[in-house]
Amino acid sequence: MSQRVGIIGFGQTYHRSRRDDVTGIELINEAVRSALEDAELTIKDIDAVVIGNMDHFEAVNYVDTWSVDGSGAWMKPLIKLTTGGTTGSTLGIAGYHHAASGLFDVVLVIGWEKNSESDTTGAIITCSDPIFDRFSFSGALPGLAVEASAYIKRYGITEEDAARVAVRDRTHGANNPYAQLQTPVTVEEVMKSPMLSWPIKLLDICPRSDGAAAVIFAGERKARQMCPQPAWVHSTAVRHSHAYFCDVNYEELHTLEGAVRELYDHVGIKEPLKELDVVELYQPYSFAGLKWIEAMGLCKPGESPRLIWDGATDMGGELPFNPSGGVICTNCIGATGLLRIGEAALQVMGRAAGRQVPDVNLALATGFGGAYWSDLMLLGRRPW
Amino acid sequence: MTTSPEEHIIYDGRIKMPYTWAAGKTSSYFLTQLRDYGRLWGTRCPDCAMVYMPPRKNCPRCVVTDTTWVELPPRGVLETFTVVHFSEPSLQPMEPPYIYGIVRLDGADTGLTHLVSEIEPNRLRSGMRMEAAFKKLEQRRGEITDLLYFRPEGGGRQ
Repeated sequence: MSQRVGIIGFGQTYHRSRRDDVTGIELINEAVRSALEDAELTIKDIDAVVIGNMDHFEAVNYVDTWSVDGSGAWMKPLIKLTTGGTTGSTLGIAGYHHAASGLFDVVLVIGWEKNSESDTTGAIITCSDPIFDRFSFSGALPGLAVEASAYIKRYGITEEDAARVAVRDRTHGANNPYAQLQTPVTVEEVMKSPMLSWPIKLLDICPRSDGAAAVIFAGERKARQMCPQPAWVHSTAVRHSHAYFCDVNYEELHTLEGAVRELYDHVGIKEPLKELDVVELYQPYSFAGLKWIEAMGLCKPGESPRLIWDGATDMGGELPFNPSGGVICTNCIGATGLLRIGEAALQVMGRAAGRQVPDVNLALATGFGGAYWSDLMLLGRRPW
Repeated sequence: MTTSPEEHIIYDGRIKMPYTWAAGKTSSYFLTQLRDYGRLWGTRCPDCAMVYMPPRKNCPRCVVTDTTWVELPPRGVLETFTVVHFSEPSLQPMEPPYIYGIVRLDGADTGLTHLVSEIEPNRLRSGMRMEAAFKKLEQRRGEITDLLYFRPEGGGRQ
């Protein structure tokens, strides 16, 4: 009964720091209509809907029901999923599973967030264990900062190396009309930006965005009927680690290492730097753009700054990262992982307009969240 | 209620919801030992021998429950740290800059996230020896913050 699956449509909102002109339901609907338009479908073509966000950012705890008027799930099978920062990638993988099972042919997947509606740190703190973890690593920043701290001390990485990663993504973001931040920055500007939690500075870290994304997955028969060039799902991999931040081994990102090993082995990738054509990395802050590409096997530990400064991950480089500008330019959290999948799909479909990487055969999208969890989805031009 | 320049109405809200969080038998033992004696206990898994700190009723990796108690000294190694420069007065009463560190107590396989104090931030380095400072007995309440913070072993400044 199982079937191969391709992405046949992708839509997103114009992401902003706040969208006071729409409610969350209306924001969701913008992405849904955009995805249906992209796939040249109507809501009647959709068999099931998967939606998700991080409940506590808007304090609406039955989002699946509440959002039906915007999601188009009226009188359809509907499920809500939420897994913290990985929500968007979880949604994409769940949409793939729904279609791959053969029980549903065309599945609409929606991720969204209105980060402007709450205090992000106050909301994120509720993810942490109330007995042991909540008093300390409130919010996202310190938990990321200790990772950066451990990594740069071990390998002698500089803050300028990380700044160059932020410069890359902000430069790419200028090509993406949907990105919240579309102005390039320089290494000097990153270095001079206010220190938030050493060594992370303001321009090293992602913004908070209001936005939504919608991706349409279809089983092989429908995908071929409905779309001239689907982005075929080749493989997915998921690794969760411990719940407490104090249990994480900050010297490596074991979850990403484990996930890429499974995915590369599954599809036969030996040299990812050469074989992958583009990566949309869920990279919430600049230092991750160094350490995590080492976890992905693109170079040896501690050697990522050379790839970054050489421009290997820039547009036009050997393996461009984040043509969309990535998470450093846009971070509507429940949508962020799904944006990676949607943007990777656009690259495979050849529909990424001003941010298109030429001749993309394989595109990798990642998700990140929780206490250093990793999700992956590999998309390709031909069915796998 | 506020109104944006475009006359979009924005409602202000605050949900204050009382909760109770049960620490459970395992963590309660840890917390009462911390409160009453200033002693720190981890748990060892009978299968993989990992010593977890804070203690776990079941081994997170092997998913077996017959873990055994291991007393840990209030000393260990600073694995990593950050110096926080922003303020969250409603959540974090500390005045920035302040330091979060992860300290792996001697004999434990996992670290404990906590505050680090009695040292200038520019003197911090990963791998340095740390010791726990506890609140005074009469101030302890059975919370992880009964451990006041970690400081350089042998005493920090002041």
